[in-house]
Amino acid sequence: MTSDVQTVAKHPTGIPGFDLIADGGLPRARATLIAGTAGSAKTVFATHFLASGIVNDGEAGVFVTFEDRVEDIRANMRGFGWDIAQWERDGKWAFVDAAPDPEEPTAVIGSFDLGALLARIERAVKSVEAKRVSLDSLNALFVQFPEHPMLRSELFRITTSLKRLGVTVVFTGERTNEYGEVTRYGIEEFVADNVIILRNLLDNERRRRTIEILKLRGAPHQRGEFPFTITSRDGIIVLPLSGIELTQSSSSIRVTSGIDELDEMCGGGFFRDSIVLASGATGTGKTLLVTQFMAGGFEAGERSLLFAFEESKDQLFRNAAAWGFDFDDMEQSGRLKVVNRYPHAMAMEDHLVEMQQIIADFKPNRVAVDSLSALERVSSLRSFREFVISLTSYLKLKETTGLFTSTTPSLLGGGSVTEKHISTLTDSIILLRYVESFGQMLRSIVLLKMRGSRHDCTLRQYTIDGEGMHIGEPFRDVVGILSGNPTFAHGVDES
Amino acid sequence: MLPSTTPRSAVPELRLKLFVAGDSPRAREAASNLARVCEQMLPEEVVVETVDVLEHPDLAEAYRILTTPTVLREAPPPVRRATGDLKDADQLCAALALYPNRPTT
Repeated sequence: MTSDVQTVAKHPTGIPGFDLIADGGLPRARATLIAGTAGSAKTVFATHFLASGIVNDGEAGVFVTFEDRVEDIRANMRGFGWDIAQWERDGKWAFVDAAPDPEEPTAVIGSFDLGALLARIERAVKSVEAKRVSLDSLNALFVQFPEHPMLRSELFRITTSLKRLGVTVVFTGERTNEYGEVTRYGIEEFVADNVIILRNLLDNERRRRTIEILKLRGAPHQRGEFPFTITSRDGIIVLPLSGIELTQSSSSIRVTSGIDELDEMCGGGFFRDSIVLASGATGTGKTLLVTQFMAGGFEAGERSLLFAFEESKDQLFRNAAAWGFDFDDMEQSGRLKVVNRYPHAMAMEDHLVEMQQIIADFKPNRVAVDSLSALERVSSLRSFREFVISLTSYLKLKETTGLFTSTTPSLLGGGSVTEKHISTLTDSIILLRYVESFGQMLRSIVLLKMRGSRHDCTLRQYTIDGEGMHIGEPFRDVVGILSGNPTFAHGVDES
Repeated sequence: MLPSTTPRSAVPELRLKLFVAGDSPRAREAASNLARVCEQMLPEEVVVETVDVLEHPDLAEAYRILTTPTVLREAPPPVRRATGDLKDADQLCAALALYPNRPTT
């Protein structure tokens, strides 16, 4: 650090995304309170903190449980691929079982302290040479013993002792409300250095998890709530949105859209790391645009990945075949991948994490999402916007061309919520619109914006046949197409 | 140890463990309160083993002791625990399921 301000050394947790919002990790050799309501993933966080120390840094950990039984923790965490029993045999993990035994309750007669607990924790820390300690959850202790002032001063003594041993400590504590006092028993008072809040909110009838760093004493960190999700592959994954730098398209390399005329309109094709939004009413040819985008990439020797949220794989392949594109063949060659998902199947955060994993595994040159609107319908505006920001920045990071589609609600004219909220995030926008013309529906295409390039600004008519999309001449005598009220100026072709 | 070898009238020996954290005033108070109950109120032979958890944290772990001082009734069953300075003798006997001699006897 070049800063002359004295900052606390950070201990990277290894929890994906977390170290980014915590500017490097948790304060080293300090105690941090993880507060959250029931079901907010406090235990998963406390376990993940130790697990990633073992897996990533070879650092041993001690888990002190006040509530869950040791066997249950071992079993529950197997689901994340964390083999605690093996780590125990390897001397990387030690339990201190401080859960009350229902068979042998302890009667309280007069004053006491937590001297035995402290001695056991210190012993465990020394026995595995732990660098990390998790205590979960302190509320159980406060429920078991009514002597709260004593508990507070004793827990302060324990944290002080652990700090002296140089270990980084994570406490968990329960909250009664998502917003309000930090914890039920004022646990934060003795670990007041650092407080992190996990939330599990109901948002439009869907659960949405967020993490907020309330304070990291003497250390910089990102402010506000960040969404996070839990996957069986990685445990907790924090999505550090404002930690993402939104970069604009910077590549000057052009790639084909899959349609020659559209490439021409764009001045030679899409930029390689640009994000393109295609908007249109149902039936205007958005999926065709996507199909040709995928096929164009395939023909150019690229790897193409399609996320389909509206149509089944069979339907997509059948449509593609009708336009003359053999997706079966392309997929067999291994350079096309079509991923089919129901928008409702998961929360937005989970969709995002899964899509990022698929992109990381498949390493495509181009990605299409058909359609964003399908996802928008199942999420809150905020989740949706965060999703789009994360996905676009991830694609840019990987220098991948992206084509997203958006369905406009009305047949004529347009403008959907999707566009309103993401148009500024995309580099290019293509509008597909119906034009009513003397008893027939014509289709028009216009390149509304293309960052960093000269492009065709005319509204052109296009047709769709067995060979895909054909873009023709500009409409010269129609006004008001985009507003949904096309009127024909003089000089109408009467044929 | 077979029940048949123990005479019916004999009271089995009571084994207790007292866990303390170092030589604190509270530890000494608990020890003397416990000794007084054992000597003055209990009919049976009592063996009290004092364990300093600072010296033997492994024993604290093995017996899952959290608080100090803690007295553990090991044998005969039932296994019972009480924690604190053990000032109240009646509460202590109740907690450890012991039946003290009545002052009148």
